[in-house]
Amino acid sequence: MRHILAVMVENNPGVLARVAGLFSRRGFNIDSLAVGRTENPKISRMTIVVEGDQRVLEQVTKQLHKLVDVIKISDVTTEQYVDRELVMIKVNASSSLRGEIIQIADIFRARIVDLGVKSITLECTGNDAKINAFEESLRPYGLKELVRTGKIAMLRGMRYSGVQDSGGRQQEPE
Amino acid sequence: MKTGAHVLIDCLKAEGVDTIFGYPGGAVLPIYDVLYDADLRHILTRHEQGAAHAADGYARASGRPGVCLATSGPGATNLVTGIANAYMDSVPMIAITGQVATPLLGRDSFQEADITGITMPITKHNYIVKDVSELSRTIHEAFYIATTGRPGPVLIDMPKDVSAGPAECVDPGVVTLPGYHPRLEPDAAQVARAVKAIEEAERPVLYAGGGVVSGSAHAELLALAELLLAPVSTTLMGLGGFPGEHPLAVGMLGMHGSKAANYAICDCDLLIGVGVRFDDRVIGKMDEFAPRATIIHIDIDPAEIGKNVGVDIPVVGDVKTSLGRILAQLKPRLDERWRDTIAAWKKEYPFTFEPNDRIKPQEVIREIYAVTGGNARITTEVGQHQMWAAQYFTYSRPRTFITSGGLGTMGFGLPAAIGVQVACPEETVIDIAGDGSIQMNIQEMQTAVNYNLPVKVAIMNNGYLGMVRQWQELFHNQRYSYTELQNPDFVKLAEAYGATGLRITKKSEIRPALEEALRIQGPVMMDFQIERKENVLPMVPPGEPISKMLG
Repeated sequence: MRHILAVMVENNPGVLARVAGLFSRRGFNIDSLAVGRTENPKISRMTIVVEGDQRVLEQVTKQLHKLVDVIKISDVTTEQYVDRELVMIKVNASSSLRGEIIQIADIFRARIVDLGVKSITLECTGNDAKINAFEESLRPYGLKELVRTGKIAMLRGMRYSGVQDSGGRQQEPE
Repeated sequence: MKTGAHVLIDCLKAEGVDTIFGYPGGAVLPIYDVLYDADLRHILTRHEQGAAHAADGYARASGRPGVCLATSGPGATNLVTGIANAYMDSVPMIAITGQVATPLLGRDSFQEADITGITMPITKHNYIVKDVSELSRTIHEAFYIATTGRPGPVLIDMPKDVSAGPAECVDPGVVTLPGYHPRLEPDAAQVARAVKAIEEAERPVLYAGGGVVSGSAHAELLALAELLLAPVSTTLMGLGGFPGEHPLAVGMLGMHGSKAANYAICDCDLLIGVGVRFDDRVIGKMDEFAPRATIIHIDIDPAEIGKNVGVDIPVVGDVKTSLGRILAQLKPRLDERWRDTIAAWKKEYPFTFEPNDRIKPQEVIREIYAVTGGNARITTEVGQHQMWAAQYFTYSRPRTFITSGGLGTMGFGLPAAIGVQVACPEETVIDIAGDGSIQMNIQEMQTAVNYNLPVKVAIMNNGYLGMVRQWQELFHNQRYSYTELQNPDFVKLAEAYGATGLRITKKSEIRPALEEALRIQGPVMMDFQIERKENVLPMVPPGEPISKMLG
């Protein structure tokens, strides 16, 4: 099963290398990884999508917790959550095909971010299913370039995975 | 002017450090300049790896963190094996490395190596100090991390401009690490489950590891064993954590464990792992390990729970505290049938070998035990002699058997013995070695001579890399590929270093040689020319369940 982990880390140099190195040497697979700072500039949030059964997930979580820079880990997938990913796709688009492509963009509520003589660049935000469908719809026109940000996710409602001002961690593995 | 190097040395002293093991070089010149007249003992080893192992041995013997120091680049990379060794065996250690000056970082400068990158997977944590204002806090944090929770090595990389530049000693304050909270107190509900399982068990076995030694939980372990009349098997790292001469002690388990221990594990209905990590050399075939048992696992590191073997009742916490909580709720069991079964196995299957007219390594180890009365700190290298040292010497106190368990580092024993001797100047320290391993760090004989550290090296010399040869004999059709060794004259070599060398070729010479070695004030190297193709038995072939032993 696929799990989305929200990993709150101290913004120290090398923290990404520590996390990435841990995954590779322990043989855990990362489906995607997105990093950025949070509302607290000292803390970054890594959204890591991992594939694996309960045992693998437990080891991933526990090993991550052993890194001194890791403050908190939440498995977002255990609760109600929203997730998003952004994709930018550059497709071949001669002027005769532009209309069709723009129609597809409308259906997916994608936006045109750049227009060239023979190409058009679109951005689209959504979950996996939507982005995959968008990609497939554009494939027949010839994908020149495609880039995805990796998934980010958040719990719904008043639940949160972030770190409160105390800086303490709310959840410890058993 | 006070420099970063002054701050470093002041901070080390504030942490209670009395000795450091190191080797100078370009990037640590400012640090050595301060050491020149600092009130801090520095032991100059002859190789940086020796410094790391000596710091490791010092830490294992004393329970205090060991400190080693090396220059940038090759100095730092020479520490790597020693750091990995300390990491695998959870030894508190501080490794300080010099680094090129900050403006030169990342430019492939002379003697530059990315040592924080290199040691990331083999340290508990590491730092590069790019701003001298962070130095005091970093050192304080490093000691805190190395010595609390599951201990381990922490590396601090010091660019030359940081150690040479002006600095002030700042109060490091209280450590605040939002991501680091070792859990000492076990969960009460899990303790209650453990107590219930123990009370329901008919054939409990205690499986004790290095965590008992490093967590100083030996008294609690003994109390629990005697309350339950449960046999205690120790891992290689756990030897000394339970008195080896105790009637409930069944010795080491696993690949070269005792039959009594391995049978007890296979037959028990409750296995209580205390400060252990279910290493592959211990468990053999994973799904046939303790097949009839409910497993309780007590460990300070939550990541060890369920890592290799499924656990029924996890008790995460300091082992001493956790055993204390369990003991407080238990009633004596005193069911003697299980104890008697174990006692019968112990009697029926002791460690044995067939004596002949040649020197048997097992006899040498037994004689070392007899001559010292067991009052010695034993270090080992890695290989057959290490297993014989584990099987034929009886360890009654924690921190008396110091060996490279997890990493299996040949060349560990001699520098470790130096560290042990520094930590325990009044005690007898003996490195039980092999002719292969000893040559991996033999230059440290000079360190022993230099500082008059009277370590005794007992080489079990069979002219082979014996353990590898044993595997070639058993599993590779006796194709002894590159395992026969042509050796130097160890007696002359010892003498060249200014130590005493003794060659022992006859059985009758074993005891007199050992007695002489103990009488001599300085370091001694003993070359025991043993039976060449003696095997370590019993042996569980790799991949087999531990009940299937050869020999």
